[in-house]
Amino acid sequence: MQLASTILIDGLIDASWIFIVAVGLTLIFGVLNILNIAHGNFYAIGAYVAANAVGIYYSGSNPPMLGLLAMTGAALAAAIVLGPLLERGLLRFFYHRDEIVLVLVTYALFLILEDATKLIWGVNPYYAYEPYSLFGNVNVGRMNYVGYDFFLIGLAVFIGIVLWLGLNRTRSGKVVLAVIHDREMSSAAGVNVTKIFVIAFTIGVFLAALAGAFTAPKISVQPGLAVMVVLLSFAVVVIGGLGSIEGAAIASLIVGLSRALAIHLAPWAELFIVYLVMAMMLAVRPQGIFAPTALRKI
Amino acid sequence: MSSRYAIPLLAALTLVILVVLGKLLPAWCVFLLVTAFAKGLAALGLVLIIRSGLLSFGQGLFYCAGGYGAGLFMLWGGVHDAALLVLAGGLVALVLGAVIAPLLAGYRSIFFATLTLALSMLAHGALTKADFLGGSDGLNLRPPSFIGFQPANSTESVYALYVFACILVVVFSLACRVHFNSVRGLLSLAVRDNEIRVEYLGSSVRRVISENFTAAAFLGGIGGALNAIAVAHIDPELAFWTTSGEFVFVAILSGYLSVAAVFASSIALEFIRSFSSQYFPNAWQMSLGIFMLASILFLPNGIGGLLQRRKKRMKGNKPA
Repeated sequence: MQLASTILIDGLIDASWIFIVAVGLTLIFGVLNILNIAHGNFYAIGAYVAANAVGIYYSGSNPPMLGLLAMTGAALAAAIVLGPLLERGLLRFFYHRDEIVLVLVTYALFLILEDATKLIWGVNPYYAYEPYSLFGNVNVGRMNYVGYDFFLIGLAVFIGIVLWLGLNRTRSGKVVLAVIHDREMSSAAGVNVTKIFVIAFTIGVFLAALAGAFTAPKISVQPGLAVMVVLLSFAVVVIGGLGSIEGAAIASLIVGLSRALAIHLAPWAELFIVYLVMAMMLAVRPQGIFAPTALRKI
Repeated sequence: MSSRYAIPLLAALTLVILVVLGKLLPAWCVFLLVTAFAKGLAALGLVLIIRSGLLSFGQGLFYCAGGYGAGLFMLWGGVHDAALLVLAGGLVALVLGAVIAPLLAGYRSIFFATLTLALSMLAHGALTKADFLGGSDGLNLRPPSFIGFQPANSTESVYALYVFACILVVVFSLACRVHFNSVRGLLSLAVRDNEIRVEYLGSSVRRVISENFTAAAFLGGIGGALNAIAVAHIDPELAFWTTSGEFVFVAILSGYLSVAAVFASSIALEFIRSFSSQYFPNAWQMSLGIFMLASILFLPNGIGGLLQRRKKRMKGNKPA
């Protein structure tokens, strides 16, 4: 019983940040139809800028709780700079090309951003541990958890709900859905597709950077973050169904829980359990859990 | 000269030129060519898959399988002959490919790519944890012999390896060239254009895809084995997704029209990597990325498309 609850909570904590990254990836895929390999780099950049922001913020005598806002602001700033720059400055030149070529373009971008982060922040690790103690400790049974981890779960749920409501219940969200369903028709009906592309891409970048920013206090921020995160979010998006928010949520849970299961019960499988689940899922449901028709949904 | 003999003659001539060239080039350059050829062979396999309109992001799996196949054959089986080792590597990958191919043949586009990616990452994870195979450090191999010839020093060894690699490249390029022009080879292009039409004509799309995938696995294995012998080391990174990404890049850069272009692209990539890691050690990935972007932007049909265009122009200029 104790073990089961430990696995469940560890899995949920893991799933929370994975969801935030993956939902950004799925949004970009849904709207722009790009499987963005550089998505992990946005996560890494988010972690670095947040580490910087935390360093500056907590060196003064500012209210500790507002440090979370500083982290969000850092992620937002990174997204506002990078999103439009990359979408307008790079990706749009390849829209008329094959899907495969676009994947390769983002692969090239991944390589460039990998080195760019190293050039800007160096190779030594950064630590941003201050926010990690903001919420104290929580006891579940005999186990002691860090409150911040539960805050992350809440954040993921909040982001999921906001995105879902934003897309399905607001006018601009419905415009985005229209672009997803039929780019040409919505353009003919007067939708500024270019604007939607820039905004959707920027939000996707923001979500990745936000996930990076809020995991920064839990980890040491150093090179190599992007490479693992992008594959994890790929797995989530593929399991959940490309372009589906509900799918991303459930798939994050599946991935998070299977990782926790492996860590506690079969440590030798930890490194590849996600890909095993992904391969099995693809064998059973090739289109993912939430992608029933040929139409791409979000 | 009839066109029937033109291609084999051209292949023989290429082999002679390459072998002579190896004597003239400095040793580092010759070694670089060997690794470029190894990667080129794996990318050539990928081109077979791309011809039927699919993209595998897991070619590294077979590159790795070939490397481990050859490596373990050497370490556990005590075999040191390069030809046998490469054959063993190729066969291991072939068997693996033949097992996976029917499973994959039903998938298309991004799902095919991601499933192959998942399988290669699965192998990467499993190998990293397999301590009896050296874990994440991998295993070191011993220097090979070449059909009875044991090189006396490192210069001889590199040259022997180079000649061996040239033979592999020319033989498999020739095989692929012949295959591309055959009915089965052209069927792949038909699958790319319209699967339903191919089915109505009485051919099996699944079979075409399975065969291409298995052949690609074999070539990946040959390339992996050659690479393993050349660098005398195998590790799980061979199956990591970035390795597969390089093959994808080489295959896209070369296009699916020309065999020679595959090796030209592979050589270009190896040289750029080598030079940029020497001159910009902190930004070699960045230079590689910029090179990729530039080539995608300015060579939309790949290097092969460039060659094809030239050929067409030359044909067009001929008097009727």
